Amino acid sequence: MYKGGKIIASLIIFAALFTIPFFYNMGKVNAGPDVALETPAIQQLSDKQCVESPEFMRANHMKLLNQWREEAVRNGQTVYTNSQGTEFQISLQDTCLKCHATGSASNAVVLSNPATTTTGVSNPAINESPEFCASCHDYSAVEPKCWSCHFEPKEAAK
Amino acid sequence: MKVLYSFITVIVLIIVASIGASIANLHYVFGIIIPYLAFIMFVGGFIYRVVKWGRSPVPFRIPTTIGQQKSLPWIKQNKIENPSSAFGVIVRMAMEVFLFRSLFRNTKTELREGKNGPELSYGSAKWLWLGSLFFHWSFLIIIVRHLRFFLEPVPFLVQAFENVDGMLQIGLPAIYLTDVFILIAVTFLFFRRLVVPQVRYISLPADFFPLFMIMSIAGTGILMRYFFKVDLVAVKELAIGLATFQPVLPTDIGPMFFIHIFLVSILFAYFPMSKLMHMGGIFMSPTRNMMNNSRMVRHINPWNYDVEVHTYEHYEDEFRDKMKKAGLPVEKE
Repeated sequence: MYKGGKIIASLIIFAALFTIPFFYNMGKVNAGPDVALETPAIQQLSDKQCVESPEFMRANHMKLLNQWREEAVRNGQTVYTNSQGTEFQISLQDTCLKCHATGSASNAVVLSNPATTTTGVSNPAINESPEFCASCHDYSAVEPKCWSCHFEPKEAAK
Repeated sequence: MKVLYSFITVIVLIIVASIGASIANLHYVFGIIIPYLAFIMFVGGFIYRVVKWGRSPVPFRIPTTIGQQKSLPWIKQNKIENPSSAFGVIVRMAMEVFLFRSLFRNTKTELREGKNGPELSYGSAKWLWLGSLFFHWSFLIIIVRHLRFFLEPVPFLVQAFENVDGMLQIGLPAIYLTDVFILIAVTFLFFRRLVVPQVRYISLPADFFPLFMIMSIAGTGILMRYFFKVDLVAVKELAIGLATFQPVLPTDIGPMFFIHIFLVSILFAYFPMSKLMHMGGIFMSPTRNMMNNSRMVRHINPWNYDVEVHTYEHYEDEFRDKMKKAGLPVEKE
């Protein structure tokens, strides 16, 4: 081969680039995200169903949240009626995170945040860990934009 | 006709993938076996092609240059467009690979009606350059973005690409700029082949096929992200399973995923035997990757046949006595 050294070196670089996933993951266990579905709040529910069916939520939760934001913030609507006719209060903190917060009371953080101090309502988004969101979102490297408006809990920071 | 031929091929592939996606027993084939085969064919075929090219001799300096060659000291050399050093070649190649320098110089020729009959005129034509640039860069960024499915934990760089790509935050899931760019660019490149008569004339099925494939791959990817959702976590489990050689097949991934991955596999498997090999070929172009130093260095053809030469000196040595006798002048006494 003419210029064989350079060509072989380049080919090794080429092969290395395209086999990065094999080396990067070498020896690792293919463990999916650990989704906390058994929080105390969920265990207390008689009918263990989210706002919509799990399949719908898995695929479309971001659309639903977006819709909720528009309903609540722009249209002043605070009630959502799901496909089965059940009504839910439109609130990330009081509806979603009521069940989907996995932190226990022991790691509650006391913060002088308007959300807690003025209303006096306990705020799960502040006090509880959103591991539920983070587990899948970290796994698939999707950054939820919720915390750019809502107060980001300390535990959410990786 | 050539368009139709490629189009039908891609449609058939999509139908095959849809059948595979609808039969659960075939998921193992479409999700695991075919991607592995495609990967082997891609890397193996790529190396084979490059080695094959590397074996063909390039005995002479044949760079195509567009600048002043190195000459007398008071004549200014264009060190990049007409390189005489390895550094110049590297800069020149980098400009070609990253910025498509030679496409930038693309011109169009036109016959215009002049006073004395038709006149030939040349003009700059940057659209092809712009379209290609957008297409290739978008494609690269999309591939890097896809690493988030193959790497766990996801490296910061991949995450950064992702954030920049979705920085407009339009809709949820956020629209990726590269998705928009690649669709526009690939459509432009396709219509260019259809509309410009000269380009259409020289276009072959092998030119249209990759375009349709890339269109369909981008299309299924976008459909999967925004409309016919798939279970991303399951997709990643499958991908990591492939990367760790412990393939798992999660259930309920969603049919669109199987169409997408099948088309990607076919494109990768087809890659080494197609014009797409310009990815490796650009580095092997002797008109681009050589220094123009034929006036400084003597390049000898490596397979020159050993010719038996009989120089005058040897001739005189052999016949000196006879030459002297005959009264002929000799150089050495």
